[in-house]
Amino acid sequence: MTTLTKKTLSHLDWLESEAIHIMREVAGQCANPVLLFSGGKDSICMLRIAEKAFRPGRFPFPLMHIDTGHNYQEVVDFRDQRAAELGERLIVRSVEDSMARGTVVLKSADESRNKHQSVTLLEAIEEFGFDACIGGARRDEEKARAKERIFSFRDEFGQWDPKNQRPELWDLYNARAFKGENIRVFPISNWTEFDVWQYIEREALELPSIYFAHQRRIVRRQGGMLPVTDVTPARPGETVETVQVRFRTVGDITCTAPVESDADTIAKIIAETATTTITERGATRLDDQTSDASMEQRKKEGYF
Amino acid sequence: MSAIEKLPAVDNGLLRFLTCGSVDDGKSTLIGRLLFDSKTILADTLCAIERTSKKRGMDAIDLSLLTDGLQAEREQGITIDVAYRYFTTGTRKYIIADAPGHEQYTRNMVTAASTADLAIILIDARKGVLTQTRRHSYLTHLVNIPHLVVAINKMDLVDYAQDVFNTIMADYLEFAAKLGIEDVRFIPLSALNGDMVVDRGERLDWYQGPTLIEVLEAADTDHTAHAEPLRFPVQYVCRPQDSANPELHDYRGFMGRVESGVIAVGDAVSVLPAGRESRVKAVQINGQSLERAFAEQSITVLLDDEIDISRGDMIVRTGELPNVTKQIDAMLCWLAESPLDARRTYLIRHTTRETKAKLAAIEFRMDINAIEHQGAERLAMNDIAKVSFKLAQPIFADRYSDNRATGAFIVIDETTNNTVGAGMIV
Repeated sequence: MTTLTKKTLSHLDWLESEAIHIMREVAGQCANPVLLFSGGKDSICMLRIAEKAFRPGRFPFPLMHIDTGHNYQEVVDFRDQRAAELGERLIVRSVEDSMARGTVVLKSADESRNKHQSVTLLEAIEEFGFDACIGGARRDEEKARAKERIFSFRDEFGQWDPKNQRPELWDLYNARAFKGENIRVFPISNWTEFDVWQYIEREALELPSIYFAHQRRIVRRQGGMLPVTDVTPARPGETVETVQVRFRTVGDITCTAPVESDADTIAKIIAETATTTITERGATRLDDQTSDASMEQRKKEGYF
Repeated sequence: MSAIEKLPAVDNGLLRFLTCGSVDDGKSTLIGRLLFDSKTILADTLCAIERTSKKRGMDAIDLSLLTDGLQAEREQGITIDVAYRYFTTGTRKYIIADAPGHEQYTRNMVTAASTADLAIILIDARKGVLTQTRRHSYLTHLVNIPHLVVAINKMDLVDYAQDVFNTIMADYLEFAAKLGIEDVRFIPLSALNGDMVVDRGERLDWYQGPTLIEVLEAADTDHTAHAEPLRFPVQYVCRPQDSANPELHDYRGFMGRVESGVIAVGDAVSVLPAGRESRVKAVQINGQSLERAFAEQSITVLLDDEIDISRGDMIVRTGELPNVTKQIDAMLCWLAESPLDARRTYLIRHTTRETKAKLAAIEFRMDINAIEHQGAERLAMNDIAKVSFKLAQPIFADRYSDNRATGAFIVIDETTNNTVGAGMIV
């Protein structure tokens, strides 16, 4: 026996422990929470954290994906496979159903459905009566997020009011909400993209194949690359090239762009991330470039 | 040995720090400088702030734009809410809580301070110790941040003069002594030019002490150096009875985070509030057994005896009991626009426990500008006061100065569900 009474946790151990603590607070404070799982790398980390938080028990919440209908098949397959392996319940609600109901109306057929996920999410929250949604957003992703609480209150319309946030002190989280209101919870708020990759490596987490370098048909548009797919065809005059790429984020096809890369292992991705010169959203999210305040605007309107 | 214990000390952990100062002290520039010189700022972010700098008619890149967050703030050119920033030096990860300095935002500063291991107080070398310096110092002391660094900034505007630095240091030490602040470091710097932030620069040769980043790298992240009593508030109870695995039929795991001290297999423990005694049968993380777990680790505890334990209970070492009490004295920071109403019942959340509470008395209000006690009948937003509360249920408390986790509580208004107060038990 040693007399050791204190030790410094590595930064990953600290971040993991904080995230487990947050998930258990949700389980302890909320009657009917749900964990949003897209098959993306951040939500894959969230599932590992949930295992560490609740095994050998079942998760005290189902998993849910809001599907725009424009997701890469590899990611959708991975999502289903991962939920099955864990033996946890997966709910999928689709933006296309909201379109059929008439609650989502696209301005044009080729408008991105990404921002319309908010509507479908709110409909699903109402359908199941969820009082809390756990998500994998991080504060380093975008400057509006840098100010968001870990337990973030949303009103009946799903709106975030950045000027009227609940004070959040120590780790005494306040998840109280009235019926119809909702709390969004972000257990990996304090993680950076680099932390996520380090955690994936340490925990040997499986990822959808499109995160690794592969050959893909793309066109170059507005200084970035756009994958050529059924929903994002090449425009007249554009040259289709085949390039070695990987995705740093995965989401709706219409607004998620790959980066050129030869990194075909986690270790190579980490090395690339360590030396990269473009921030994650800047490189790959076409929807955040519209204005300086675009993420803040979408969050006010109920976006995750 | 489990995987977690075997992991090599690949890094020096994580340090959370707070920066306090007003718009004019160059706080945003300092944070920008830390991010910039530690190579955390990436190309596209740099391009974006370069564009904005030009749009506003500036020649050089305005590093303060990096911490510019919300739309309203950009319009007003001020910081209205705590923002969190991240950087790493390769050996340590940092979380910066960027707290606004304006008087009306005391609550944000207390919020940012509550999770910080270290505070940087910025002083403009041309202005010296101001009322707001005293206010920030009082608040960091109140929230008991272990390490305090006074950064005397804008040395470039006073010709890097050593006597300016010395005078401010002497002024500061005089009032710090009155507050009881002991551990404080002074660093002269120019965030604008980068002197003594990450690089030493060439204009402050008379200063022999560490740079700001050296202080951050070396700061101890333990909340208290001495051995603390075990405090394990139960967050959630795991009973996987429906599992197909018959071994789990009697499994009862008490899940939570070790808030202080150590918990080891075989330890004699008491479970509050009932005070039932048992022994630790197992300490687990994700099904793996550990011999012991330390403060800040999220774990599952199994006990030898079948005791009825639920969320809100606390496991402690037998003989090292906290104060089990229905009456608390505390320093309270009021956070809400509607004043504290002595006639009303509030909710207090303390560790994983919640209880109804009523104000019993306001002993004094703190004038945080003059650092003086005043009489008070009521408390408005941003007021700080010594109060006492009567509680409907007992809590298991330590003094905040001994233990942050079991000394802190929040006050919730049940009619709005808002967090309206932050308390520190004395």
